[in-house]
Amino acid sequence: MEHRIIDQQLDLLRDKLLLLGGMTEKALHRAMQSLMERDSDLARQVLEEDKIINQMELEIDRLSVEILALQQPAAHDLRFVISVAKITPILERIADHATNIADAAIRINDEPQLKSYIDLPAMANNAAEMLRTALDAFTTEDAALSREIIKQDQKIDASYKRVFNELIEIMIDNPSTTASAAQLLFVAKHLERIGDYVKDICELNVYLREAAFIKHSPKI
Amino acid sequence: MQSKISISNLNFHYGKEQALHDITLEIPERQVVAFIGPSGCGKSTFLRTLNRMNDTIPIAKVDGTVLIDGNDIYAPNTDVVALRRKVGMVFQKSNPFPKSIFENVAYGIRINQMYENKANLEQKVEKALRDSALWNEVKDRLNTSAFGLSGGQQQRLCIARALAVQPEVILMDEPASALDPIATQKIEELIVELKKQYTIVIVTHNMQQAARVSDRTAFFMLGKLVEYNATQKMFTNPDEKLTEDYITGRFG
Repeated sequence: MEHRIIDQQLDLLRDKLLLLGGMTEKALHRAMQSLMERDSDLARQVLEEDKIINQMELEIDRLSVEILALQQPAAHDLRFVISVAKITPILERIADHATNIADAAIRINDEPQLKSYIDLPAMANNAAEMLRTALDAFTTEDAALSREIIKQDQKIDASYKRVFNELIEIMIDNPSTTASAAQLLFVAKHLERIGDYVKDICELNVYLREAAFIKHSPKI
Repeated sequence: MQSKISISNLNFHYGKEQALHDITLEIPERQVVAFIGPSGCGKSTFLRTLNRMNDTIPIAKVDGTVLIDGNDIYAPNTDVVALRRKVGMVFQKSNPFPKSIFENVAYGIRINQMYENKANLEQKVEKALRDSALWNEVKDRLNTSAFGLSGGQQQRLCIARALAVQPEVILMDEPASALDPIATQKIEELIVELKKQYTIVIVTHNMQQAARVSDRTAFFMLGKLVEYNATQKMFTNPDEKLTEDYITGRFG
């Protein structure tokens, strides 16, 4: 196979996306850690690093447009650039949710601690694991694995319902916990949304591999 | 979609050299079909089998069938002149006659006696020039030499000349490869416009051009048809690895 000018740019695009993916994973991990360990300094770091993530999104946008305009990719090359251009804002939004979790942590950390965070750590682990696997599946263009991850989103949705009900009960039983419990409800919702976003990434992985749009389709 | 041209098991030899191998392909009516492939892959040879332009080469030999509207164009009783009237051709290099603009277009109408009187001839010339999107640029200078036109205009004049004898199929062999981007765009717009009335087959080295103007694309390599598919499919997710390698420039 001959070396093509476009290969260099596509490699660069892949590297940038994976770097963004890594930063997003780190943001989610640290945001949850700041909540669990009541570490507001760590939460503030998450907020600070979100600015870098936003810059990375712009860089990837610019590079994608440049490749489309100057290299006029076709077939797999085209699908690759389109997938990256669509996955990038999804990662940025996941990072925004991580930032919101960090924000919630800062608020809660000043309140007395609730007895437990119930299912939240497990939910966060599920979301983080899904994200990590989705990025692996993007790298290896593994459509079968991507379809598996899509199914896992149901687990997060189920956890969300459970956490929601439990937090409502806590609030009813002990109204003084309402402020903290409400923040935790937001955290649960952010994690639930992250699961949805990872699903979107996996759908794009399938597009990259198979040129099939499975979004909004009953079949996955 | 109704087939205008139906090619089956077509083989073509230049002497001992086989240039086309067992080509089978349907060209739908009133669509644009693009032929792409590396130089020497046989796409122009194949195009020329569709109006028997290869007949002029003494060592050429064709077997297989080419049906246009169900009629075998290689049948012994085929009127080749009538065939070429029905299947017009436009070449890479514009080749106007050393005559006026008007006479270039009128020529085919005259020799085929396709007009009733002078006014009717003028009408037909005007229609062909309008259909080739040239009328507004030349209507005030119809009696000046065709060589005074720009390259892009000369190419559209050749298209007008082909249209004047009321063909049903137009074959184009790299019609825009010698033109600047603006003239190229005009030819491409014209192709899209013309497909409402004509079946068009275009050979092009410019893959973006094939992507822009054609409904279906055929990819040839070493005299073989590698893939024939809807253009949209061909450029986003081709079935064949060879096609993918060619359109993404992976050929060594």
